[in-house]
Amino acid sequence: MGGLVIVALWAVVARSSPDLPGPAEAFTALRELLRYPFYDLGPNDKGIGIQLGVSLLKVFSGFAMAVVIGVPLGFLIGGSKRAWAAANPIIQILRPVSPLAWFPIGLVVLKDVGNAAIFVVFITSLWPTVINTAFGASSVPADQRNVARVFQFGRLAYVRHVVIPHSVPSIITGMRLSMGIAWMVIVAAEMLSGNTGIGYFVWNSYNGGSLANVIAAIVMIGAVGVILDTLFLGIGRKVAA
Amino acid sequence: MLELKNVWKSFNSQDVLRGIDLDVGQGEFVSFIGHSGCGKSTLINVVGGLLEADSGQVSLDGKAITRPGPDRAMVFQNYSLLPRLSLLANVREAARAARPERSGAQTDEVVERYLSAVGLWEHRNKRPAQVSGGMQQRTAVARAFAVSPRLLLLDEPFGALDALTRARLQQQLVDLWQHESSTETVLMVTHGIDEAILLADRIVVMGNPPSRSIIDIIPVDLPRPRDRASVIDEPAFRLVQERLMALLTAEEPAAA
Repeated sequence: MGGLVIVALWAVVARSSPDLPGPAEAFTALRELLRYPFYDLGPNDKGIGIQLGVSLLKVFSGFAMAVVIGVPLGFLIGGSKRAWAAANPIIQILRPVSPLAWFPIGLVVLKDVGNAAIFVVFITSLWPTVINTAFGASSVPADQRNVARVFQFGRLAYVRHVVIPHSVPSIITGMRLSMGIAWMVIVAAEMLSGNTGIGYFVWNSYNGGSLANVIAAIVMIGAVGVILDTLFLGIGRKVAA
Repeated sequence: MLELKNVWKSFNSQDVLRGIDLDVGQGEFVSFIGHSGCGKSTLINVVGGLLEADSGQVSLDGKAITRPGPDRAMVFQNYSLLPRLSLLANVREAARAARPERSGAQTDEVVERYLSAVGLWEHRNKRPAQVSGGMQQRTAVARAFAVSPRLLLLDEPFGALDALTRARLQQQLVDLWQHESSTETVLMVTHGIDEAILLADRIVVMGNPPSRSIIDIIPVDLPRPRDRASVIDEPAFRLVQERLMALLTAEEPAAA
């Protein structure tokens, strides 16, 4: 219903603005793109499936690194008041920085646009993962802490049987937030980096004057985003059960 | 066995424990009763080693208590099972952590014995949330016994349970203490007058400021085993009951 209203408004606006393709045109473009999603005609002409795949690969690489580093870091910060006090100011300063601001640094250090994009995704994904893990680790209920004390759980047993199980839902939430932002950021990063990926495809389509393709890509980006989010929601539910 | 000498403890400049003097002998079952806020849970936590007294001495067989140890185990009011572990794992991990000197087979044997004793062996693979409150608390009781503590500390263990479940658990507790375990001494905080009399050898009555924390200690001269149905008609039971009622109504909670 809401979708119909938007499409109707879009159609009205497109009629009075000759440069903006209408819904019918965009739909045709989308169908055309999806007909051969995986064709590969050289570096500047690849199917939208390949573009999406390349972007997803970058997102998953950066995201995986963020999880591997962010979860233990979160446990460390959440488990000790001193570590929290030391890390919190740094996190608070770095967190609001647009991840794209890191792109030049990634480019200089890694000397590769693809890796720089992965680096940007990594930075993006790091904060929500660290913060949510730390929150989970620091919010172990008093009665569970008392159980661990009364029965003299060692450090390892405490982390394994109390801290980790208690933190898992927060960790999944952090991962879901990270993934959501990472998927937004990769599009922008690829507009900067060029080369391949769905963000490059959008930019390339704009430069080639094909706004219909831009709109089709937006629809695809949104659809993939929904799938990713649903995936993590599902994992979260499964873990919580 | 357990000795408390002039124990004081305050929170936010409120004296919660005021000069506690108490000797508990080997093999005794002592109940603590009093209105909310009288410090009975604090006292149990001090003996358990979760809290440290501000002044005074707390010692078990002459050794000062400063932190939790395998000679003591606790059962909490809200069950306090680890929610993501099975009932079996809850008991096993606690027994393993508190008694690292046992072999794996010994631990398994003890865990099975106590989970069976409370009738939960066939439910051992369930999570706490999948079973009733009574079953959760039985798991917590099994967990405490599986440590083979000399001193068992119970903080209103049956307060949240319905009357029938409570009665059954009281019986299981006494059976485990008297026949199935090496646990010698039990301290139990309770709100229930009848529960206190039914289970205890002595009842410690605690009051609110400004008086001292312990306002009276009442012995319960009823032979064991005590039969729940007939014991309440014994004159000795009635006598203790009336005395407790008188003490507790005279000692109205500060807020009321």
